[in-house]
Amino acid sequence: MRYLAADKLVGCLALLLPAVAIVSLSMGTVSIPLSQIVEALFATMGGVENSQTNSIVLDIRLPRILLALLVGAVLAVLGTVMQGLFRNPLADPSLIGVSGGASVGASLVIVLVGGAVVSPLAGLSLISFGAFMGGVISTLIVYRVATSSLGTSVTTMLLAGIAIGAIAGAFNSLLSYFSDNQMLRQISVWQMGNLGGANWLKVGIMGGVSALLLVVLPAQAKSLNALLLGESEARYLGIDVQTIKRKLIFLTALGVGVSVALAGLIGFVGLIIPHMIRLLIGPDHRWLLPSTALAGASLLMIADSIARVVVLPAELPTGIITALLGAPFFVALLIRQRGEF
Amino acid sequence: MSIVANNISLHLAGFDLLRNIDLSVEAGQVTVLVGPNGAGKSSLLKVLTGELNPSQGSVSLNQLELSQWDIQKKATVLAVLPQHSELNFPFTATEVVGLGCIPHATGYAVDQQITADALQLVDASYLQRRLYTQMSGGEKQRVQLARVLAQIWSPSDFGEQFLVLDEPTAAFDLAHQQMTLSIVKQFAARGVGVLMVLHDLNLAARCADNLVVVNGGSIEACGSPAQVLTEHLVEKVFDVKATITRHPITDTPLVIA
Repeated sequence: MRYLAADKLVGCLALLLPAVAIVSLSMGTVSIPLSQIVEALFATMGGVENSQTNSIVLDIRLPRILLALLVGAVLAVLGTVMQGLFRNPLADPSLIGVSGGASVGASLVIVLVGGAVVSPLAGLSLISFGAFMGGVISTLIVYRVATSSLGTSVTTMLLAGIAIGAIAGAFNSLLSYFSDNQMLRQISVWQMGNLGGANWLKVGIMGGVSALLLVVLPAQAKSLNALLLGESEARYLGIDVQTIKRKLIFLTALGVGVSVALAGLIGFVGLIIPHMIRLLIGPDHRWLLPSTALAGASLLMIADSIARVVVLPAELPTGIITALLGAPFFVALLIRQRGEF
Repeated sequence: MSIVANNISLHLAGFDLLRNIDLSVEAGQVTVLVGPNGAGKSSLLKVLTGELNPSQGSVSLNQLELSQWDIQKKATVLAVLPQHSELNFPFTATEVVGLGCIPHATGYAVDQQITADALQLVDASYLQRRLYTQMSGGEKQRVQLARVLAQIWSPSDFGEQFLVLDEPTAAFDLAHQQMTLSIVKQFAARGVGVLMVLHDLNLAARCADNLVVVNGGSIEACGSPAQVLTEHLVEKVFDVKATITRHPITDTPLVIA
């Protein structure tokens, strides 16, 4: 028996999202009342000159909140996709090696060029490029290892992902070992995941990736449902399993790669949100994909708002908050599930 | 129209799993594969349904080579129930059976009707809203059976349909074994070609139009149960001394081991 009707959950989450966004906009070092937020949002449209409040809202908080929204949605929805593809409710987007590779890429840039060099695209650091490249390259390696003439074995991919993760961890340690104090701090802050550097360029890139996922993923929902039966069963139902696998792994590498490049390692969103939503409405991906996207977006906005205000006037890396919120919740889920099996 | 295997052999990882098999599964008939463990029955099913490519020889479905079929069109013609299910996610029975409707774009209302009818046919209407992960082995198997029945519930535009079942009765009690036989005969009467693996020789004798005995990767005997099931054959293939008589009611062979 299920706890919630899927359409109701999607409705609730869709209403929750703007509410969370507005509240997040008002929270921060300077607390801004709702009326002024609305004023600031309308001021841009009317072309009124920027006051200090307006610029806090529009140049600092709004891009950051939108980035949190998009990254949260992408990580959660790709977590759902990976759990479906691997037929494993404990799978996580990082399983295919993206996160490990990305952190090596980021560390490498930090150690080699100090991370301070501004890249050709203003507003994007070289670290982001390094992270993205690292993530994509390691996914490609994992994919190649697991693919034979018989197709891609998800079990082998899982194991190869773990192996690549271990190698990446070793490289990271090696790079850290040869870093000076400042680099070391940069590496560890990057790995904690931080939405602090948000700007409109990042929002634009993330928005583009999200739009691509929004177009492609809904059409895969039925195939993901069929895949839960098993790969040969899915083939007997007329699903071209190998093409779908390739497509979904590519999209995950792209989506998670870009997320990690722009926001660092943010754990648990991609693991917990799909798991939690599945408990509420069941595993039908036609509802699971939109629900997890909405819930992931809200969760990361909430986590980031907490990160911004919890140690005022400083702020915490967002990844710490998602792990602190997510991990205990996950343990609670596991304990509850223990009774059911 | 039929599934025809033309001199197929299968070598995998250094083993000869199948050797020079010729077999034809006719529409409207029930073909049953029997044989000892490891004889190659499941491998043969996999080759006949296109899940494995034969190392040699070819398989055609409705006169078109299996590899030439569009995978989506093939799914409207051929429904396959594997021996084991990997499903480990909490779908309801209705949702699982609904997956069988994926190959057809018939719309929500029709799918719902087919799903409900298929569940009723396998005596699983009471499971509709129950979660698959919380069902017993026999209940899961019935829901999976309903799923493949739903897949070929309505006729296809692409020729005669085939239902392939690998040990469908393995988890069933006596009543549901009988139910499976009657469903299979019902579909055959509608023109569907049925191919299944059974372990119970008496069940096989009761429902087979064509009984195929597989042993050591090749076909030992093939024909009507009355022709095929002899004491000599049972001893040769299964290494069991058995007495064969007639079923008092159905007059099919009855193997008493």
